[in-house]
Amino acid sequence: MAKAPVPRSGGARQSASPLKQVAGSYLDHHRTVARDSIVRMWRNPVSSMMTWAVMGVALALPVALLLLLASLQNVSAGWENGARVTVYLGLETPLPQANALADQIDTDSRVAFVELVDRERALAEFRVSSGLADALDFLQENPLPHSLLITPEASYRSTDGVEALVEYLQGLPAVERVQVDLGWLQRLNALAGLLTRAALALAILLAVAVVLVIGNTVRLAIESRRDEILVAKLVGGTDAFVRRPFLYTGAWFGLGGGLVAWLLLLITFWWLSAPVARLAALYHSDFVLSGLGFENAIMLIFTAMTLGWLGAWVAVRRHLDDMEPGDH
Amino acid sequence: MIEFRQVTKRYDSDHTALRQVNFALNRGELAFLTGHSGAGKSTLLKLLMVMERPSAGEVWVGGQLLNSLPRRQIPYIRRHIGVVFQNHQLLFDRTVFDNVAMPLQVIGVAPGDIGRRVRAALDKVGLLSKEKMNPLQLSGGEQQRVGIARAVVNKPPVLLADEPTGNLDPELSADIMNLFGQFSQVGVTVLIASHDITLINDMNRRTLRLDQGQLVADGRPRTEANHG
Repeated sequence: MAKAPVPRSGGARQSASPLKQVAGSYLDHHRTVARDSIVRMWRNPVSSMMTWAVMGVALALPVALLLLLASLQNVSAGWENGARVTVYLGLETPLPQANALADQIDTDSRVAFVELVDRERALAEFRVSSGLADALDFLQENPLPHSLLITPEASYRSTDGVEALVEYLQGLPAVERVQVDLGWLQRLNALAGLLTRAALALAILLAVAVVLVIGNTVRLAIESRRDEILVAKLVGGTDAFVRRPFLYTGAWFGLGGGLVAWLLLLITFWWLSAPVARLAALYHSDFVLSGLGFENAIMLIFTAMTLGWLGAWVAVRRHLDDMEPGDH
Repeated sequence: MIEFRQVTKRYDSDHTALRQVNFALNRGELAFLTGHSGAGKSTLLKLLMVMERPSAGEVWVGGQLLNSLPRRQIPYIRRHIGVVFQNHQLLFDRTVFDNVAMPLQVIGVAPGDIGRRVRAALDKVGLLSKEKMNPLQLSGGEQQRVGIARAVVNKPPVLLADEPTGNLDPELSADIMNLFGQFSQVGVTVLIASHDITLINDMNRRTLRLDQGQLVADGRPRTEANHG
């Protein structure tokens, strides 16, 4: 009764090609090792979670910074579309001349729209918006000039385009001063660019730190499994075979670290979202703190796993490849 | 199956472990390797397992010259050499079965075949009933037999043993030696390093004697004694 299945299974084995068999057992070993390294990780939950936490923080920090900067740049991109040039005319310029100037500017192909704000209107608006009505009453005459609000044509809203326009406007008669709202935006952009670079540098440093942390953790794992490694090498285990469990360990540490980082980012952004929305509302801004998103989260976790694997690789190269039976 | 040609192993300028050793073992031959500690027994075994490389001369195993074997090829040579150690080198974090299964896992044997072959090896050493136990629960003699089962599970053509009876009483030692004898009868080349003179004399098999790195005797102990 027990004998019957044996030849049948033997026949099945023979019918499979040797290559298929080797590939099958190779994948089997990968599966076994992958599962075994997870089980081992669970056996030391505290130290494993510490490693995950360290990795999570190290990954979350630069990612949070980069996300913040990306949100900021989104906003400034929005403002750049509404870039406006204000032209202040000389105080003694009469209104008809200002009107003529406005018409002249309006014919320029780079200009989409010109609005003349005459002195009286400017004063009235200033009186309302500044709350200095009483103080203004003391003034003998209106201190404000006529001004022209110019919206450039869409294709001239780039930094260079606006600069050329400004040059042209400054050359016009009766123009006292040309002010571009873009100034502080450019500064913000430059700052954001600088910060992005700093964040990237930080990300690289922290990635190196992550690799080292995982490397050290895996080194300890290698030490604790020294006997097993020696026996495996003794019975003909290849370097790849002996390395495999540790590389998986590194990758799993990376997975844990990536998940922790994601969690930290979710919590942080949730915690920040309310105050940010309030602040944005105060500035009449459509600023939104954009979170990680699913695809980027997957990318983050994948990167973390790669870093973990890399850390394990460093440890394996440093500590495992030298380990030879007979040295002890 | 094993051949040493003028093999010299120098560790550094003032320590020569082996001096111009010559011998050959055929398929299915069983031989002892004896000598005082420090005579070069371990070095000779290490050369066979490519843990060390000779300073001069040639080491051949199964028609393969080991001297210039690339590092990457070493595992594949070791798969053809079973080794038994005095201290067993068993792993106590897993069962007897898993210990014996290691050489098969290393070469990627299908899980179904592993079970069958491990049980065959354990049956051979009389420990089939203890496959699920931890090696720590076994006696010294049983642990040594697990070590032997692990060494032969892959059916290697060469079996090396380094003081396999070092910690065992004479009766158990004789059992172990009988096992080695059986392996040689099925064509395995067996080389046993031992300084247990009584046992070697009782077995009366070919014996290589090393003294300060030189091969000073090669033959059966009784005939050698007669000549001496």
